Amino acid sequence: MAEIHGALAHQFDDPEQQVEASTLGMWTFLATEILFFGGLFVAYIVYRLSYPQAFAAASHHLDILLGTVNTGILIGSSLTMVLAVYSAQMGRSRSQILFLAATLALGLAFLGIKGVEYQHKFHEHLVPGAGFQFSDADPRHAAIFFSLYFGMTGMHAFHMVIGAGLLIWMALRAWRGEFSASYYTPVEMVGLYWHFVDVVWIFLFPLLYLIGRH
Amino acid sequence: MSVIAETTVAARARPPRRHYLNVNYGVRSWLLTVDHKRIALLYLVSVTLFFFLGGAAAVMFRLELLTPQSDLFEAETYNKLFTLHGLVMIFFFLIPAIPAVLGNFLVPLMIGARDLAFPKLNLLSWYVFIIGGIFTLIAAIMGGVDTGWTFYTPYSSTYSNSYVALTVTGAFITGFSSILTGLNFIVTIHKMRAPGMTWLRLPLFIWSHYATSLIMVLGTPVLAISLVLVALERLFQFGIFDPRYGGDPVLFQHLFWFYSHPAVYIMILPAMGVVSEIVPCFSRKRIFGYTFIAFSSLAIAILGFFVWGHHLFVSSQSVYAGLVFSFLSMLVAIPSAIKVFNWTATLYKGSIVYRTPLFYALGFIGLFTIGGLTGIFVATLPIDVHVHDTYFIVAHFHYIMVGGTIMGYLGGLHFWWPKITGKLYPEGWARFSALVIFVGFNLTFFPQFILGYLGMPRRYAAYPDEFQVLNVMSSAGASILGIGYLIPLIYFFWSMRYGPYAGANPWDARGLEWTTASPPPTDNFDYKPRVSQSAYAYEEEQKVG
Repeated sequence: MAEIHGALAHQFDDPEQQVEASTLGMWTFLATEILFFGGLFVAYIVYRLSYPQAFAAASHHLDILLGTVNTGILIGSSLTMVLAVYSAQMGRSRSQILFLAATLALGLAFLGIKGVEYQHKFHEHLVPGAGFQFSDADPRHAAIFFSLYFGMTGMHAFHMVIGAGLLIWMALRAWRGEFSASYYTPVEMVGLYWHFVDVVWIFLFPLLYLIGRH
Repeated sequence: MSVIAETTVAARARPPRRHYLNVNYGVRSWLLTVDHKRIALLYLVSVTLFFFLGGAAAVMFRLELLTPQSDLFEAETYNKLFTLHGLVMIFFFLIPAIPAVLGNFLVPLMIGARDLAFPKLNLLSWYVFIIGGIFTLIAAIMGGVDTGWTFYTPYSSTYSNSYVALTVTGAFITGFSSILTGLNFIVTIHKMRAPGMTWLRLPLFIWSHYATSLIMVLGTPVLAISLVLVALERLFQFGIFDPRYGGDPVLFQHLFWFYSHPAVYIMILPAMGVVSEIVPCFSRKRIFGYTFIAFSSLAIAILGFFVWGHHLFVSSQSVYAGLVFSFLSMLVAIPSAIKVFNWTATLYKGSIVYRTPLFYALGFIGLFTIGGLTGIFVATLPIDVHVHDTYFIVAHFHYIMVGGTIMGYLGGLHFWWPKITGKLYPEGWARFSALVIFVGFNLTFFPQFILGYLGMPRRYAAYPDEFQVLNVMSSAGASILGIGYLIPLIYFFWSMRYGPYAGANPWDARGLEWTTASPPPTDNFDYKPRVSQSAYAYEEEQKVG
């Protein structure tokens, strides 16, 4: 049981208390994240209700194929993340590293596709600001849609980048053999974070891409 | 009286040989510490610096307000001064003061833990705080901000020519230090309590910090995202709040106050926790209505999230929304009054010992009551229309923030100073300065109620001649208040070197923090604390271990 004692921080009495504290801490952090994205969702709801036509017209300019593919990729990455945590629980460090790498690859694929989408929007002059052009009705309010689109997906992508960093860190620690069947809390916590970021996308995708599309 | 005097003498042995202050020395040992007590002191030094910076800005605009014309500063400079005062005082002093200094020091000690649940996160929160502070200071040095601490759009996002983006970044970063502190407290209070320390045996200071942490964790992220949107609008013309793009500036006010009204409870709840510790100790009595005080803290935290609309009574919010927000705001008076009545009931027939902390606690009760009652005035729709954006509002929230929070903070600092440093401060000077602060405070802010009621608007450098007498009174009061704040600064420094040794429990107080040495050892307790009695057992002996 040497590895347990190695990982027990001085302020805790036993490993169980440490795991409980980390888990509660992570869930509390995710609660703050919900409120953080909550501000954006409130703005979205307010303007969606105020300008439904402009939002529907603007949402037609999003690439539904790339959006759907990305949704699939992200759900797939959640699966590999679960498998990484499961491998950690079972103490299989090799498969744990492989699944972390797979999650990272899927996450990077998501970000790459998102980058392609952003590039298209840039060429179509749909980025808010001085260069914004919108041929359909109500360009003023369509600009709000695209502000929200970039704000929300941008904030989501930023969280993905942080998640990717965390995955690399976890893979390195696993490679150094720091985790075992009796100590794998950090992997589990990163898993919670990763799933949270996925769930945010599960809300963003229908709100931005699907609603209003006939 | 005799109880405290005797034990002070009895306990006047020698300080412990090893404690958290002398366990190691050097800048590194402080800047890389993960000891919650040392981090509390890092915060103490930083918030004190910010307090005197914010105070200096106040001194300057109170000087300007001595005369009706704007003669000392241009109006633009005046705007930057009150903005700096508001920003620094709120984000860098009032919000962190009690939780990050006293809370950091006391939460683990009071529940019998060796440290907070996440000591490194605790240190990180201090660094984040400092980085946010540096951003704000750089913005101030480069030319300042003139939006007021509220950053109302579209002025902040489009029209202001001052350093809004930099300042907003500073406030955004600092917000995360408050989130991290709140998160740490929540987990610590849930998971790190000593055996026998059940929820209903927790000191009320812990309950109020738990409620505060809930607000920090749930409110601050909303401010963060609102500030991000303002910055995006300013830098990249994102049209969320800009009417030119069909955006709604009032949406910003909703999002801003969704955090910033609860933020007022971040400032006042910890002060209430301090008062709940001081009053029973110096009444030598168990606190009256423990459960009611404990749950009224939670009630304030929860209700606090549903009252933000009372800042928007004149911002084109619907009248029906206004009615609901008015009603909900008045509900906050109930848990607040519960606390005040329970403190006075604790004092009633107590064996009262007049010591400096009690002076501050009594000051708190009186001033908070005035601040709270005027809060009901401004929660009333028609009265708010009359006094909105006048000095009445300024007076009201200073009675809560200064009369409440700062009195609580100073009271707490005087109560736990012997625990923090192991030294006693000169009691006579301390009482004298408490009195100076009380007088100076009332002279500064009471005239502002009248000024506001007579119609003097806030945030202007110039005013009509007939308001001069009251303004001179206010400025005179501010100078007295300023002196009142300098005296403790001097004798606290003095006591660190020359103060007599305090002993482990100079007030004969109850609570785990008084059962360990002063200053405490790095691991807080030399024994494994076990709790077998309820908090505030002033009628019985303290059971240790």
